[in-house]
Formats: sequence, C-alpha cells, structure tokens
Amino acid sequence: MPELNTGDTAWVLAATSMVLLMTPGLAFFYGGMTRAKSTLNMMMMSFITIAIVSVIWVIFGYSLAFGDSGSAYVGEFSLSGLGGAVNELTNNGGVYPIPLLAFAAFQLMFAVITPALISGALADRTKFIAWAVFVTIWVTIVYFPVAHWVFDFGTKQADGTITGAGWLAASGVEDFAGGTAVHINAGAAALALVIVLGKRIGFRKDPMRPHNLPLVMIGAGLLWFGWFGFNAGSALGANGTAALALMNTQVATAAALGGWLLVEKIRDGHPTSLGAASGAVAGLVAITPACAFVAPWGAVVIGALAGIICSLAVGLKYKLGYDDSLDVVGVHLVGGIVGCLLIGFLGTHTVNSLGLDGVLYGGGFTLLGKQAVGVVAVLAYSFIVAFILGIIIDKTIGFRITRDAELEGIDVTEHLESAYDFEPRGGSSGGLASVLHGSSTTATLEKTEVSS
Amino acid sequence: MKLITAIIKPFKLDDVKSALETFGLSGMTVSEASGFGRQGGHTEVYRGAEYTVDLIPKVRLEVLVDDSDADSVVDVIVKSAQTGRIGDGKVWVVPVDAVVRVRTGERGSQAL
Repeated sequence: MPELNTGDTAWVLAATSMVLLMTPGLAFFYGGMTRAKSTLNMMMMSFITIAIVSVIWVIFGYSLAFGDSGSAYVGEFSLSGLGGAVNELTNNGGVYPIPLLAFAAFQLMFAVITPALISGALADRTKFIAWAVFVTIWVTIVYFPVAHWVFDFGTKQADGTITGAGWLAASGVEDFAGGTAVHINAGAAALALVIVLGKRIGFRKDPMRPHNLPLVMIGAGLLWFGWFGFNAGSALGANGTAALALMNTQVATAAALGGWLLVEKIRDGHPTSLGAASGAVAGLVAITPACAFVAPWGAVVIGALAGIICSLAVGLKYKLGYDDSLDVVGVHLVGGIVGCLLIGFLGTHTVNSLGLDGVLYGGGFTLLGKQAVGVVAVLAYSFIVAFILGIIIDKTIGFRITRDAELEGIDVTEHLESAYDFEPRGGSSGGLASVLHGSSTTATLEKTEVSS
Repeated sequence: MKLITAIIKPFKLDDVKSALETFGLSGMTVSEASGFGRQGGHTEVYRGAEYTVDLIPKVRLEVLVDDSDADSVVDVIVKSAQTGRIGDGKVWVVPVDAVVRVRTGERGSQAL
C-alpha cells in the first residue's frame, strides 16, 4: 500500500477549491448576460445547484458514480455517506497517493458545475422549484451514471485485476477532464430542455442584450482561473501531466479568444467583449477532454478551431428557432464535440504514455472512432433522458413561470428581489425603475404600468 | 415667464451647464431621459445577433426664465450643446402661468 503523498494531496485539495469557484464564476458569466430583471434568478440557479448536488453527493451520489458494483454502466447504490472513507486512498484504475475524500470532493465539484451549465439555456422563464427538481433527478439518473462511464477506471484489486470500470473509460475513450461527461452532457440536456420549455416571450423580436458585460468578464475570468484546477487537477497529482494540462489549458483558451474575435471582426466589423469572454469559455470547453493528450501546439489548434466554430454555431439558434438563451448548446455541446473529436487527430503518446496516436501522428482512425462513440453515447443518453424528464416535470408541476411573471421579471416573481436599486429615493418605486433601466421593450413598460 | 426644456447629449451637459452659468442663470433641473428622434436608434451586435436599441440615453434639462431672457438662453443652450452630428437633441419653449418659491411663497419673476 503506497503512502499518502502530501504534495499530490495539497494540489488536489487546492484544485478542488478552484473548481468550486467556477460555479459562482458561471453564475456571474450567465448573470451578466441576462436582462436586469432576471439576473438574480440566473445566479440562483447555479447556487441552488451547489447546495442540492453537494448534499446528494455525500448521501449516495459518490457511490452511484464511483462505487464498485462491477457494472460498466453505473456504480453502486448505497447510502454510505462516505463516513467510512476517511483513511482510504483513492483507487481509480490504480492507487493514487491522495485521500479518497480528496478525490470525492474534487469529483463533487464536477457534479455541481455540470447541471449548473444547463441553466444558461433556460434564462428568464424557469420555475425555480422545477429547476431544483430537475437538477436532483438529472444528476441522479444522468450525471452520476455518465461520470461512471467516463471517469471511473475501476478498482484495482490486490491481485492486479481491475473491476467495475466504466464502459467508455475501459474502451479507451480519451476524455481527460470531462468533454463528454461534463460539456456534451450539459449541452445535450440544455438542447432538450430548450425544446421542452420553448422560447422566451419576445425572442427574436425584443432586444435581449446582456445587462452587465463587466459581470460577464468577471465570470469568464473566474472560470478561466478555476479551470486550471478542473483540468490540471484531473491529473490527481502534482506532476508532469498536471503541468501539461495547465499549459494546454492556457494556450487553447488564448487561441480560442483570438479565434472568436477574428470571426467577429471579419463578419460584424467589431471585436466585442462578449465575444472575448465567450471565446475564452469555448476554448476552455474544447481543451477539457484533450488537455493531457495533445502537445501545446495541438492545444493552440484545438482552441483556435473551437473559437471559430463556436462563434459561428451560436448564430444557428436564430435560424433553427430554438431559444438557447445564453448559448449553452453553441458553446458547451459544440465546443465539447470539437475537443473530443480533435483528440482523434492531434492525440500523441509522446506527451502521455497512456494516450494513443491520432490521425496526424500516424495512428490511423482508431482513436477518432473511439472518440466518436463517446460523443454519440453521452449526447444521445443525456438528450433523451433530459427530454423525457423535462416533459414529465412540465406536465406535473410545470416547468415555466406564467406569462405575466415572465414579463414582470422572474427576480421579483420567484425571489421577491431586485438586483439593482436605481432609484435615488432608495427604492420606494424600485420596481418601475429597475424595469425601465433593464429593458427598453414597450411590452414590459406597458405591463408594469398596468400592474403598478 | 417661460419654461425652456432641452434634450441634449449626456456628454454635452457640462458644456451647457457652464455656458448657462456664465450667462447668469441661477438654477436648472437635470434628469436622465431616453428616447429617439429623427436619429432613430442604433444597432448593437451580441454574439453575432443584431439588436436595435431604439431608446438612446439623453439628458433632459429644464430652466425657468423671464420672457426677455428666453431667446438668449435658447441660443446659449443650442450653441453649447451643438456637435453638428445627428442626435444633438431639441430645445422647446412653453409659457408658464405661475411660479412659486416654496421657501418664501414669493410668486412670479421674484421666484425665479
């Protein structure tokens, strides 16, 4: 039995804290992009997700994802509560010299941010209790099993055999930090819910511009910082693989930011701050599965292509008529697919002895084929289950707030709060003032005047 | 007495204010406003999607003056608010029946 390594443990604990920060960062990123009347609700969708998933995780979520049931599809269902794990080391296809609870806490943060990512597609119109119910059930029947498929490399027994590995992990799909389990998973569920919920009132008609772009930039900055924990922390140790993942994360993100702005400059004439923030996130998404399997120049290629492709993809919602409000599909689903598939071209065993060579390194199409299986399996499972679950919630407790509530603003109707007090008298007529500043749509103004 | 109302570009407020002070005016009321005139709105592009922003931020400035000053004050405002580009705003003058200073109860020109 190996001894606990303090350096490795320190890095994983620090990385865990960094990944937690990504979810409030996401709340800022999304919250700045909504209109002023619905920014608190957007941020609350992320915060309630932290609360729900963390509690579920210690009760049964960790076992369901990483417990050894011998199954390739799902972990073990037990209400262990993780109390007996204090003195155990991590065993995930091999023993890592870090406490099991450090690994469990690190993986918890992934389980938290994945459903939170979905929330951006549902801005302005989702009943808060319905969202809480959706998160609870979706992480249980989609995220935990899919995490088992992708991240569970099985338990290495004393005789050297490995039991209970997830089927995608065992089949050699290369997904270092969650291109499939996190981003494709969230993006596919977002697409399903967008279809179930329908468009916001005034979609494509009223201006729905971001109400606070500096908040979006703060969020993007926090995501970028936290993502070093996400990707480099996935090495589960303070080592060369972690350093490679960190460097690749940086250069891919930088290239994607540039790629997105290049498209904007050529197509629209102006490089925008929203484009810079979006491009950075697209690059972070795309490099997530690839960060420990490609050389840094490969990361630049992945980032640049992700920035360009995602910036073009986000326009499709207007053509197709889906109100994916904050482009979860265009950034996370598309970015995740780009990253996962490009490993099939740019993967090389020279940077990681466990990795296969992709097409450009003479490895043929074997790796690309495996990657495609991983992409399709997670996309299809998440989409189908989220779609059915969405319809069930909509038919029972209702998934959308009322039309009047949506026009008045979900912050006031769901939370009885306003994000900003623009009223110099201290909010005695804050409702009207915040609506006036938040939106120039006449529909909203008339509605408020009638109701006040 | 006249009420002069001017809708101007927000960044011209300082110029107009100091010009009116130089002219000798002793007070004014300024409020944030938004709207559009012949200029119309403008378009902004977010993630490739164009949004028409039709209500543009303006400053609304109101001053009460004696009939004899009205024309000169209008000239001062127009001259100091002018950039020559579209969207400079408008100034209009309306007659005022009565003005009362709340503190003293003075009426008419004395209350200005």
